[in-house]
Amino acid sequence: MEPVVNSQNLHHAFGKGSLSKPVLLDINLAIYPGEIVILTGPSGSGKTTLLSLMGGLRSVQQGSLKILGQELLGASKKQLVELRSQIGYIFQAHNLLDCLTAQENVRMALRLQKSLSYDDRTAQATAMLEAVGLGHRVNYRPDNLSGGQKQRVAIARALVTQPQLILADEPTAALDSQSGREVVELMQRLARDRGCTILLVTHDNRILDIAHRIIHMEDGRLMRTENPAVAVI
Amino acid sequence: MVFGKSPLTRLSRIEKPLAWSQLSHQRVRLLVALSGISFANILIFMQLGFRAAMFSGTTNVPASLDGDVFLVNEKSQFLGNETFDKPQLYRAAAVPGVATARPFYYNTASWVNPDNRKTTNVTVIAMNPAQPVMSIPAINTQLAQVEQTDRMLFDTKSLPSLGAIATEFAAGQDLPIEVQGRKMRVNGTYALGSNIFKRGHVVISDVNYLRLFGAAQATQLHAGVLKLDPGADAQAVIAELERTLPETITALSHDELIALEESYWAKEPAGIIFDFGTIMGFVVGVVIVYQVLYSDVNDHLSEYATLKAIGYSDGQLLLVVFQEAAILAVLGFMPGLLSALGLYSLLSNLTGVAVLMRLGVGLQVFSMTLVMGVLSAAIAVRKLRSADPADVF
Ligand SMILES: Nc1ncnc2c1ncn2[C@@H]1O[C@H](COP(=O)(O)OP(=O)(O)O)[C@@H](O)[C@H]1O
Ligand SMILES: [Mg+2]
Repeated sequence: MEPVVNSQNLHHAFGKGSLSKPVLLDINLAIYPGEIVILTGPSGSGKTTLLSLMGGLRSVQQGSLKILGQELLGASKKQLVELRSQIGYIFQAHNLLDCLTAQENVRMALRLQKSLSYDDRTAQATAMLEAVGLGHRVNYRPDNLSGGQKQRVAIARALVTQPQLILADEPTAALDSQSGREVVELMQRLARDRGCTILLVTHDNRILDIAHRIIHMEDGRLMRTENPAVAVI
Repeated sequence: MVFGKSPLTRLSRIEKPLAWSQLSHQRVRLLVALSGISFANILIFMQLGFRAAMFSGTTNVPASLDGDVFLVNEKSQFLGNETFDKPQLYRAAAVPGVATARPFYYNTASWVNPDNRKTTNVTVIAMNPAQPVMSIPAINTQLAQVEQTDRMLFDTKSLPSLGAIATEFAAGQDLPIEVQGRKMRVNGTYALGSNIFKRGHVVISDVNYLRLFGAAQATQLHAGVLKLDPGADAQAVIAELERTLPETITALSHDELIALEESYWAKEPAGIIFDFGTIMGFVVGVVIVYQVLYSDVNDHLSEYATLKAIGYSDGQLLLVVFQEAAILAVLGFMPGLLSALGLYSLLSNLTGVAVLMRLGVGLQVFSMTLVMGVLSAAIAVRKLRSADPADVF
């Protein structure tokens, strides 16, 4: 099976010349379709940088990184924009547009799909919001939603386009433990139903059990791969 | 039962522009932006309105002359500026294709306001009553009155500073008015219109002109008004006139005569001041729209970065800012136009000079407003490029 994410000898550094500071060192990682992988590690170890490279938000500097079959080393801006629309992102902060209702926020992702009619977008956005348990909040603006609800709208926005790959960077950081748990289980269920692949960065020990595989990162290196049963002590 | 979708429901099935969502979400900012644009529009409208009023007024008399070709002194920059010798008119009349050649005098005379005895001045139009040269029926039907000694027709649209002459005449009062030192009386009125440089016009006969200005002046014409034979080629006649007459006289078509007048007054310092005011209004508008768009982009930078991260291209987001600019321009123009209409009529009442909203001026200000928006957007979007999708995580 072709991996959804495949990085080989990936290096990344911030800054130029003598100020250059390596952040990712020799990252080799393959994630296969349907896998849920959790990435942990201390703050500053390079997790976010790795995710932003995978998501086509930064240019790859050295080594090979293939996402959904697309090589990102030397990829054009247009190819990156195209790739971004095929990936579902969930950010630490919800990053919703304040001026739009829950449904309109979710439609923003669907608007890029020109083949969908207006009514199709409405149907899909509403169905997705119902799936995350917000069927009764479709026309609410972010200001009138709780933190957990906002994060669920963000998840709906990431999943509504049915992406094959979901990248989530500490999606539960801003939530209390109960809504954090709910959000993650929601992602897990949706991933199972739709067969998509998830790479999830988290510090939250209580959610490690949803992963097929846990990867630990330290000082820009992938340290070890664990079985979730071992990690949850 | 199945009904076809009405056009209205179809319209509601178009995605609401993000630009409108952003703008309408912040009501106060939208209101500030719209008042700013309206203000800039009012500034521009007032300047262009003054300007248009001035120019329309200045071409009133040349435009009301009833002729095909006009003779003026070659050095003349505007009607009444320079003169030529009357005998040249007779030579012109002999040129083939010329049907009639009539004299026209256009001079300034001192005028004592009979109501307050203040001395000011009036513009005098003089002609041979047997040879009318103007296309204003009220003048042409009253030329018999003009023939009488020291009588004149008075323009009812003259500025009030000449005195309440028209009202007094209508009331049957027959006061002598001191014109160029002679006592003259009004025995008829007509409507022509004044402008910023002319308080008003009186129409008199060539004989009364001689009485006012003396014999020497009466041989000096300010224009010769020529009518051509039916079917005559105007350009050919003009060429022939230029050949026949001395170099100091030039022959103009009616359009050229009006254009000459316009171009002279356009160079007036007042015209330049209005141009400057227009540019100032434009700059004020650009600054306001830019401020609004810039702070809008700045406040939503992380939102724009998020949109980039989910696959929106730079171009699509630039379009949002330009749409915002266009929406602001269109919405801001309307109250600006309405206020300007109100101020125009106020100004007309205050000055007696007709300040009209012309379609051309309206379109000009509207396009300036659009350019204003696009220009501001073009500066503001530079900020948008700094929205880095990698900062979203
Ligand atoms: N845009 C940037 N410019 C310079 N250094 C950065 C930038 N982003 C992150 N870093 C540095 O790279 C290292 C890894 O950061 P990050 O990937 O955010 O780690 P993590 O997500 O694991 O906390 C940190 O030392 C951080 O200071
Ligand atoms: Mg991080």
